[in-house]
Amino acid sequence: MKHLKRKILEMAVKAGEGHIPSAFSVLDILWVLYDRVLDTRPHTKGNDHFILSKGHSSMGLYIVLAEKGFIQKDILETLGKFESILGGHPDRTKMSDIEASTGSLGHGLPMAVGLALGMRIKKEIGRVYTIIGDGECNEGTIWESALLASHHRLNNLYCIVDYNHSGDRALSLGDLRAKFESFGWDSVSIDGHNHDEIYKILTKKSDVKPMAIIANTVKGKGLKVMENNHEWHHKTPKYEELMAFMEELK
Amino acid sequence: MRKQFVKTIEEILSKDNRLVVLLGDIGIFGFNNSFKNYPSRVYNIGILEQSTIGVAAGLSMNGLVPVVHTIAPFIVERGFEQIKDDFGYQKLGGNFVSVGASYDYAALGCTHHCPADVGVLKNIPGVEIIVPGTASEFDRLFKSSYADGKPTYFRLSEKSNTQSYDVEFGKAFIIKKGSKATVIAVGPMLDMVKEACKDLDVTILYYTTLAPFDEGTLANAISGKTIFVCEPFYEGTLSFDVSKALSKMSIMPRMVYIGVPREFIHYYGKSEDIDKHLKLRTEDIRERIVNNI
Repeated sequence: MKHLKRKILEMAVKAGEGHIPSAFSVLDILWVLYDRVLDTRPHTKGNDHFILSKGHSSMGLYIVLAEKGFIQKDILETLGKFESILGGHPDRTKMSDIEASTGSLGHGLPMAVGLALGMRIKKEIGRVYTIIGDGECNEGTIWESALLASHHRLNNLYCIVDYNHSGDRALSLGDLRAKFESFGWDSVSIDGHNHDEIYKILTKKSDVKPMAIIANTVKGKGLKVMENNHEWHHKTPKYEELMAFMEELK
Repeated sequence: MRKQFVKTIEEILSKDNRLVVLLGDIGIFGFNNSFKNYPSRVYNIGILEQSTIGVAAGLSMNGLVPVVHTIAPFIVERGFEQIKDDFGYQKLGGNFVSVGASYDYAALGCTHHCPADVGVLKNIPGVEIIVPGTASEFDRLFKSSYADGKPTYFRLSEKSNTQSYDVEFGKAFIIKKGSKATVIAVGPMLDMVKEACKDLDVTILYYTTLAPFDEGTLANAISGKTIFVCEPFYEGTLSFDVSKALSKMSIMPRMVYIGVPREFIHYYGKSEDIDKHLKLRTEDIRERIVNNI
């Protein structure tokens, strides 16, 4: 993952834009999804769907899409530029491999519920995955949708919570695993940076319940200065800082 | 109109297997047949409007055609950002059918009033807005636009005109031509406008589609030096559309907006009582037109 993180840093520096620690937080999950779980291939519609509900982690998504051949690698350099297809938040109208335009928190999970319900109506096989943040769990729509998903027994829905505790300073969530369980979900807690743990749970099938995966992650994972440091949430490194980060990620 | 909504939906459910109905725990009994006949496509989804609109967007992404139905403020005002981001920005198609136009629910107070709906939705590029004046006009307009790939808002009203016209989506209808002034009647205002102007030499244009706004018909049919816009929602809601339609004229006509004043109504009663309080009865409209021609 270190080479992908180096590329994320390069991308952010070129754009002067981007949420680096959030991208690092979800990178392992995104990688496992696109490397081993989703049946989607570049420019072809597969049976599975994925929505990055916490759209500000977009750099993590873009780097994985580029690595897996969904987008050309040289496009990464255009992030945030006027005519780029890659924005600070993903835009589904720019490329078919992005399923949802997100950015405002609390929108991705309801749409994922709709996709999962739609697949059931159309008797389609396949699964719907979405990644939400712990801060995003402050939004009422997360819990509205949690009720809907369990009531309608959407066992084709997987909601991964990137639990990096960035929301704790405002509103603590307590036992998030227990909360989802009490909303009628299968709910498990995993190490969100352990690829085998991620893979195992994302391919596990539940009989009737949707699956909540509380992925314990570290915001800014891999860079000591950035880890759990709010100052870096939406900040671009200066040249000397970039050099030091690149060294640390060798 | 509400009965027609149920009938229209039942008919389309039987013909188009993409149609999915999400009811916000409103109007449930009317849909008993649909629940029974199409259990996988008709849901009493609950009282969670924001998520319901998000769910509708997810259905739309998967090629289905959603219809979301509840009381106007709960769709438009509570769910505004969901309509903006999930439908408008993402360019997805879907339908939002509201009940409780302006102060139809007079006795329930302003939490259940929504004279802002059309003005609010006008701020989302690409949203289509339809205000039918009768049940059969609703049927006609719904069938012609429900699956057009755009987010479309249908405003059901308790008030209904006595006569239906062969209205077309996106087009204004010329009711009569005159020379002294132009009167625009929106949806259920038409009966009152026709009566108020029955012996007046004015042009009457009938609008049931408000977005996209038919600028051409207004620009071509304009007569006299004054335009009266009779709106069943906040007065001045259509001011941008009307002035844009006339922007090529060398001298702008005078514009008079006759609609719901922009104030909270701290009274109850029946909607007719509020019409009287706000001076929005036929005789009030006539007085304003006659005094301003």
